[in-house]
Amino acid sequence: MTLNDWLFGRLTVQAALPFYSAIATAAASIVVVGALAVVVLLTKFRLWRPLWSEWLTSLDHKRIGIMYVVLALVMLSRAVVEAVMMRAQQAVSYDSPGYLPADHFAQLFTTHGTIMIFFMAMPFLTGIINYAMPLQIGARDVSFPLLNSVSLGLTAAGAALMMISLCIGRFSTGGWSGYPPFTELAFSPDVGPDYWIWAVTLSSIGSTLTGINFAVTIYKERAPGMHLFRMPLFCWTALCTSILMIFAMPPLTVATALLALDRYAGAHFFTNGGGGDVMNYINLFWLFGHPEVYILILPAFGVYSEVFSTFSAKALYGYRSLVYATMAIAVLSFTVWLHHFFTMGQGANVNAVFGIATMLIGIPTGVKIYDWLLTMFRGRIRFAVPLLFALGFILMFAIGGMTGIILANPGIDYQVHNTVFLVAHFHNVLIPGLLFGMLAAVQYWFPKAFGFRLNEKWGRTVFVLWTAGFLFAFMPLYALGLLGLPRRTVEYFQGAYRPWTLIAAFGALLLLLGLFAVGAWLFVSVRQRDDNRVPAGDPWNGRTLEWSMSAPPPEYNFAVRPRVTGRDQFMRDKLGGMAYLRPDEYEDIEIPLGSAVGPLLGIAGILCGFGLTWHIWWMAAGGLLLSIGTVIARSFVRETTRIVPAGEVRLQHEAWLGRLAMERPASRDQEIAPSNRGLALADGS
Amino acid sequence: MSRHPGLNLAHADEKAHAEAEPLLFGFWVFLMSDLVLFALLFATYATMMGVTAGGPGPKQLFELGPAAIETAALLCSSLAYGMATLVMKYERGRVWLLFWLGAALLLGLVFLCFEIDDFVGMFAKGGGIGRSGQLSAFFALVGTHGLHVTFGCLWIVVMMIQVLVFGAERRDNKTERERLLADRVQTRILRLGLFWHFLDIVWIGIFSVVYLQGLTA
Ligand code: HEM
Ligand SMILES: [Cu+2]
Repeated sequence: MTLNDWLFGRLTVQAALPFYSAIATAAASIVVVGALAVVVLLTKFRLWRPLWSEWLTSLDHKRIGIMYVVLALVMLSRAVVEAVMMRAQQAVSYDSPGYLPADHFAQLFTTHGTIMIFFMAMPFLTGIINYAMPLQIGARDVSFPLLNSVSLGLTAAGAALMMISLCIGRFSTGGWSGYPPFTELAFSPDVGPDYWIWAVTLSSIGSTLTGINFAVTIYKERAPGMHLFRMPLFCWTALCTSILMIFAMPPLTVATALLALDRYAGAHFFTNGGGGDVMNYINLFWLFGHPEVYILILPAFGVYSEVFSTFSAKALYGYRSLVYATMAIAVLSFTVWLHHFFTMGQGANVNAVFGIATMLIGIPTGVKIYDWLLTMFRGRIRFAVPLLFALGFILMFAIGGMTGIILANPGIDYQVHNTVFLVAHFHNVLIPGLLFGMLAAVQYWFPKAFGFRLNEKWGRTVFVLWTAGFLFAFMPLYALGLLGLPRRTVEYFQGAYRPWTLIAAFGALLLLLGLFAVGAWLFVSVRQRDDNRVPAGDPWNGRTLEWSMSAPPPEYNFAVRPRVTGRDQFMRDKLGGMAYLRPDEYEDIEIPLGSAVGPLLGIAGILCGFGLTWHIWWMAAGGLLLSIGTVIARSFVRETTRIVPAGEVRLQHEAWLGRLAMERPASRDQEIAPSNRGLALADGS
Repeated sequence: MSRHPGLNLAHADEKAHAEAEPLLFGFWVFLMSDLVLFALLFATYATMMGVTAGGPGPKQLFELGPAAIETAALLCSSLAYGMATLVMKYERGRVWLLFWLGAALLLGLVFLCFEIDDFVGMFAKGGGIGRSGQLSAFFALVGTHGLHVTFGCLWIVVMMIQVLVFGAERRDNKTERERLLADRVQTRILRLGLFWHFLDIVWIGIFSVVYLQGLTA
């Protein structure tokens, strides 16, 4: 072994630089320039120190939540651009190679899928739960604030590997599911699958820890009187999602770890020879993969539940049935994984069982849809942006659910599996389901987090563009799928496909505009922040505890821990004239000090992942040692918390109450006018 | 509300008790997730049983003697750890606590030595991880357990140092600060105990499913 091998593994200039296609070179340059620009700006405005001490090392669940969402938005941008590139390729690749080499196209669908699932959707929902759930249950923080920061570090490390892979070397071409034997050394000897393995592994470990943290928080940190059946529905969905994470992420970890053993140690788990069996991988992957889709959708269901009830000014209809439906979905989600490979050799009877199990999930989901509709029935509905997303969701998700039932029929699946019919189906549930839910959550909780409302007009523009873009981009794919266009196709020779791919490309263009609109939405809102301030903290006449405090909330959330006597506690308080009371006494509050452990473990994760990918063993070992050393060192730190004295809590709380007394309450009709300062007219209807 | 953190804190110190609760509960949940991981490795092993691809099988590779010694070492280590927990609970002094933790550590290391020797022997007989599907599954399952034991040993070492640095006795400590640190050490030792006994249970599964089954079938 030469020194060069030792130092750089298989990293060479030819292997590393993305010159295999001009477009890849351009993409890499954008990443590099973007990263440099961020560095320059941070330096110019002297933001490094606040970034480090107030954000990256913060253990405050609210800040961690916000960082998760920022990560998700950054990754969303990359993944949407990649999606548009793919649609553009198919628009021009009738009887022609198009503008993308096949290998590059394959990287695109792999990175797009991997990013959207692991580095957009997961961080997004984790961030929203992180922000809202502890406030809703009346907690001061999650149970394990440090672990929370570690989860973020690991997830961000995975995302960083994805970005590095764009600049150094190339990514896997094996799709987001990374099926062997294609991803085995025999067929993919380069670094692509290794990048995929380590990015996904980091993210799955981060999500397992997140699941544990959230579940324990919900079980153990609820305010006095907050019985499980008094929790806001969003917390129920957060609980079910967390439980799913605890049980469903390990199969993914096992799948990627065994694949890594095949690739690194010459094992024979999934190889063609030596007794390997790819079906083991496929079972493991979907044992994770199916519950994963409910991990993704349940929090969005929770957001919609809050939105429907708030913007209809009514208690949620059928609360208990919604809870039971959520639980039923969570349990059933472990019994249907086989529908992802109906065509892979089991008998008709086995397929029938799993097909029926799959269709059963439609029942609890249907229950939910009716509950939401009935929540709106005779409510005082305001078509605010979150509600628009929720309405769009109901209409379009119903279509996506229906095509899911169609796919659950093994006979039909034999016809359309592996076509873009499936691609249409899962985007139909993911975009109007998950993504709309997350965008609704942003509009809904943003004023709580930052103290001002987001711009309504731009919010509506986002909604319109994403809805229209989605319909144009994906409805044609149902037709194309029925016509037989396989998924992941780079070039095709049937003229009949052409019109549909063109319409879909138009839709993708709208979605790209939608992405820009998201940027404009945030940008314009920040500029106009002074017109939309809501210091009183309750802009939507909210029903649950998170609206009972200032916006943004103090670091310790509640000046005094609330006592809960029923569902929708804050609305009860407002109607009974019990909101915003001056407590008799305050107590000292203990809050966690910041810690560098999370970012350090993130860096260790990047070193490990990168070193393993490129066979730079010293780097991988260094990363491992760094992580072990960090954890041990942390266990010797004596001071991990700090006390906010009761006097200080009193001062802050009374200052806010004093401010409240000066605000004029706003009625529902003034909700989006500047006169809405976050103090709602308590009229209950 | 009922609370079960497992240590003698409830009557002594309500606050410490309340703080211990999410920690221990959270650790149980973590173990549950870890158990899923082992369950899947067991399942993988089960589907790969007999897939020797022309290579050596269990009868040629496994030896009951060392496996039995490993089992004994690990179970005794758990016993020693149990003693450590009792010493901690009844505050019989640092020396005894360190003695039993040390004993648990030593037996853990004995286990690891025999296991590594086993692995080396299998490699020498042509039974490496790359020889067949079954051997891949074997090394994944048994190796993952071995890695857990390795980390457990490291953790015991760290806890022994912490006992020396922070102490684990509540009674003698004066300031609240010191008391807090001692509490922390106690709950850590408790959690490590859960982990250590958990690895026993997994090993019993391995001993029966892998070794006994492989040698008799
Ligand atoms: C912005 C709108 C989006 C567009 C235009 C889009 C477009 C595409 C396209 C063109 C493909 C490749 C289809 C093929 O194989 O032929 C694809 C695959 C995929 N997309 Fe999207 N997508 C979008 C949003 C999303 C979202 C929000 C998610 C998930 C949260 C997602 C997850 C996936 C996954 C998992 C795949 C499969 C990748 C694979 O084949 O391995 N997409 N998408
Ligand atoms: Cu599924």
